[in-house]
Amino acid sequence: MKPLVLLGRSPELELTGLGTQRQCWRLQSPHSIPASDRDAALIAHHHDWELARANGYQLAIGRDARPDGISLSYIRLPGGFAALGDGDVVGVYPQSGRVRVLYRRSSRHNFFLVTERCNNYCLMCSQPPRKVDDGWLIEEIAEALALVDPATPALTFTGGEPLTEWRRFVGLLELTRDLLPDTAVHVLTNGRAFAAAEVAKAWAAVGHPKLSAGIPIYAAVDHMHDYVVQAKGAFDQTVLGVLRLKDHGQRVEIRVVLHALTAARLPETCSWIARNLPFVDHVALMGMEHTGFAIANDDLLWIDPLDYQQQLKAGIEVLATAGINVSVYNLPLCVLDPSVRPFAVQSISDWKNAYVPECDGCSARGDCAGFFSTGRPKFSRGIAAI
Amino acid sequence: MAGFASPDAFCPETSALQLLPIRFERLDADRFLVGNMVGDLAEMTAAELDRLCTLDIAPGDGLYERAFEKLFIGAVDERAQQQLLALRLRSRLSFLRAATPLHLFVVTLRCEHTCPYCQVSRQSKDRVRYDMDQATASKAIDIALCAPAPLIKIEFQGGEPLLNFDLIRWIVVTAKQRAVRRGKQLQFVIATNLALLTDEVLDFCAEHDVLFSTSLDGPRDLHNRNRPRRGQNSYELAVAGIARIKERLGADRVGALMTTTEASLGRVEEIVDEYLRQGLDGIFLRPLSPYGFAMTTKQFHKYCGQDWLRFWKQGLRYILDINKSGRRFPEFYSTLMLRRMLSDEPIGYVDLRSPAGIGLGALVYNYDGTVYASDEARMLAEMGDRSFALGNVDEHSYRDLVLSDTLVSAVADSLTQTAPQCSSCVFEPHCGADPVYHHATQNDVLGIKPLSEFCLRQKGVLTHLFELLEHSPEDAAILRSWAS
Repeated sequence: MKPLVLLGRSPELELTGLGTQRQCWRLQSPHSIPASDRDAALIAHHHDWELARANGYQLAIGRDARPDGISLSYIRLPGGFAALGDGDVVGVYPQSGRVRVLYRRSSRHNFFLVTERCNNYCLMCSQPPRKVDDGWLIEEIAEALALVDPATPALTFTGGEPLTEWRRFVGLLELTRDLLPDTAVHVLTNGRAFAAAEVAKAWAAVGHPKLSAGIPIYAAVDHMHDYVVQAKGAFDQTVLGVLRLKDHGQRVEIRVVLHALTAARLPETCSWIARNLPFVDHVALMGMEHTGFAIANDDLLWIDPLDYQQQLKAGIEVLATAGINVSVYNLPLCVLDPSVRPFAVQSISDWKNAYVPECDGCSARGDCAGFFSTGRPKFSRGIAAI
Repeated sequence: MAGFASPDAFCPETSALQLLPIRFERLDADRFLVGNMVGDLAEMTAAELDRLCTLDIAPGDGLYERAFEKLFIGAVDERAQQQLLALRLRSRLSFLRAATPLHLFVVTLRCEHTCPYCQVSRQSKDRVRYDMDQATASKAIDIALCAPAPLIKIEFQGGEPLLNFDLIRWIVVTAKQRAVRRGKQLQFVIATNLALLTDEVLDFCAEHDVLFSTSLDGPRDLHNRNRPRRGQNSYELAVAGIARIKERLGADRVGALMTTTEASLGRVEEIVDEYLRQGLDGIFLRPLSPYGFAMTTKQFHKYCGQDWLRFWKQGLRYILDINKSGRRFPEFYSTLMLRRMLSDEPIGYVDLRSPAGIGLGALVYNYDGTVYASDEARMLAEMGDRSFALGNVDEHSYRDLVLSDTLVSAVADSLTQTAPQCSSCVFEPHCGADPVYHHATQNDVLGIKPLSEFCLRQKGVLTHLFELLEHSPEDAAILRSWAS
C-alpha cells in the first residue's frame, strides 16, 4: 500500500529557450492546438512527438525518452510517477530537475500546499511544519490556478497554516474567486488568525459564496487543546476566530482528530460544540493519519478506533440530535459501531487511499473510506470483511 | 525535529484563574446543581462546589475540565469564555427583536359550555353586549399589524369564538388584505371546543389556512365531567371535530390542550391514551390557572402544586415509555423547557420569558375593545381586577399600549434577572416572569417566590428533566430529540 507519487526528479529534461526559473505547465493532448503558451503536449505514443511539434507546442512531457531527431524541448517523467491526463497541471523546477503534480483534473481531492510554516505544532501533524522561506509557493499556486479547469467542483488550500502571510493568502482567495467562480474552496486553517478582527473581515470581504474554513478544536478545555497543538493560548484564539468568522456569516467546519488524547473526552467536546457553536456548518470527527509527527508520538496518541466507539457514538448522537451536520472521516466501516456507520464518509484523498486484503471479500468496500497509505499505517484489531 | 513540550507547559497559572458568574441549588444532601448565566447545568458534590467557588482546582483534576467546559471558569487573559456567554445571552434574549408576535381577539365571551373551571368567566346570553363588533375588530387589526414582529399570529378566543364566526371570517379576510401593504406574514388559529364546527367553517379554514386549537381533557367521562354542556356530549363533539379537521385539512392543522383538574390527577395514563387514540401528535400536561370560574368555583384550590407535579412526572414516565416503543409523542411542557435547556434559540412561548411576555409577547383585544397585556390579564378583568388593562382600540395605538406606564412598570418590576430569589436561581435562564400570575395570587407583580406555585412547578419540572438528562441515558436521548 503506497500513495501515488506526485513529486520526483526527472531523469531527462531539456528546456532550451524556456528559462531556468520555476514554471507551471498544463498538459494537453498533442492532437489539439495549444490554448495558451503554458500548454505542454502530453506524449502517449511515439507519433505524438511529431504531432506536438506540428501543432506548435513548445514543450512535450511524457514517460518515454525523446526519440532521436526530435528537437522539441521535453521533460521525461520519473519512473513510478502518477498517471497524468489532459488538463493536469505540473510545476517544473529546472535547476533541481524536479517535477511536481499541482492539479489533477480527474481527482475530487485537489489541494494546494500554501506554506509549510505554522504557529501550531500539533503532536499528530501529518505535514510537520518547517520554518522555511516558502513565500514563493503562493506565487506558484497563483500561476497554477490560471491553468485549472473552471469546471473543477472543489479544491483545498492547506499547510502549514495558510494564513501565516494572511494578506497574501486573502489575495490568493480573491484570485481563486475570479478565476474559478464555481469552485468550492475549503481552507484547512488553525483559525487563530481570525481572532484578529481585520483578518476575519478581510476573509469575509472576499465574498466567495462557496468558501469555507476547516478549523480544528481538539477539546473544549484550554490546556487540553493547547497541549495537542503545542501552543499556549491557541484554544482561546481558535474559538474567538470561529466566532468572528460566523459573525461575518462565513462557512466554518470544526475538525476533531481522534486519538488517545482527544477520544476519551469526545462526548463532552461534542456537547460543548452543540451548546456553544451550534451555528457551525459541519463537524468532522476524523480518524488519525499515522504519518509525520503521529509516528514520533505514537506512544502518546495511538488508540485502536475500536476502543473509542462508545465515545464516538455518544458524541455523534449529541451533535445529530442538536441538528448539527456531522460526519466521520478516515475510518473504515468495519471498526465503526453500526449506529455510527451512516455518518461515515469516503474522505481520504484518492492519491493516498488504499485498502487491505480483508477488503477483498467485503460487501461494504464500495462505500468505505478504507485506509491511509501514507506513513506507517496502523491497523485496528477490528478490521474484518462486512 | 524540535522537541514537544509536556502537558504542564500548557496549564494556566492558578493565579490567573477566575470564577465566571455561576448559580447553584441543592439537589439533596450532597448533590448540587450548578449553572452558568446561559443555563448550562452540571451536578457537583458539596466538596466540589466548595472547591469551584474557592478556585481550589487545577488542570487535570477533572473538576477543572468540567468547570471549563461549562463556562464556569476562565483565565483572566482569555476572552473566548466570556464571548461565548455574551453571544449566547444575546441569542437567548433575541425574542425582544420581534416584539408582540401574538394577538388574541376575544370575538365573543358567550359560550354554550358551562365548565366550572372556565378561566375567562364566559357569558351565556346577550349577543349585543358580549360580542365584538366589526368597528372594534378593524381597529384591533390595525394595532396588531403595527407590531414589529414580521410574523403576526392572530388567535381567536372566547367564550366560544365560533358563536361569532361571521366576525372571524371578516377579520381573516381584512387582515390579509391589510398585511400585504405592511409586508407582514399572518397565521390564524381558532381556539374552539369544536361543538359548533360546520362544513362552512371547515371550507373557510381550508381556503385561508386557519389552524385549530381545541380542548380535550381525557377520556369521555372525565372530559364530559370537566366540560358540561347541554346534551352532555362535549367529548363526542370534540373528538368528531378533531377527526373532521384532520380529514379535511390535514393532521397537523389541529392541536389539543388539556386542563388538569382534581378529577384528572389519578388518571394521567388514560388521558395520554386518549390523545394517542385521537392521533394527536403530543400532549401538553397543563395545570389549572387561578382565574375566572376556576377561582369562584374553588376548582383551583382543589389540588396543589405538588399534586400537579406528581401528575406530570407520572405522565412523563408513561409518555417516555411510549416513545421508547418507537412512537414519537412529545409532552409539550417538557419540550418547551428542554429547548430552553439544550439550545439558545428563543422560544415563542410568551408565558416563560423575562422581560415578561405581557404586551411584548402578546396583546389581547377584548370583545368590548379594551386591550389587555395577556389572556390572563383579561381573565382577571372579568373578575373585576383591571390592573393590566392597557387601553382600548378606540383611543390607543400600538405604541401607546406597549409604552403605557401600566405595562412598562409591570415588565420592569418583574424581571427575573434582578428579582430576589430569581437572580440567584440556577434555573433563571430557563424560566420567566409572570407578573399577572403573581399579582393574581400574591397581589405583587414580582411575587414572593418561596410561596409561589409557579416557582414550585418550574423548579420541580426543571430539576426532574435535569435528572433524566443526566442519569437516564435512554430517556435523555428521547428528551433531546423532542427539543430539536
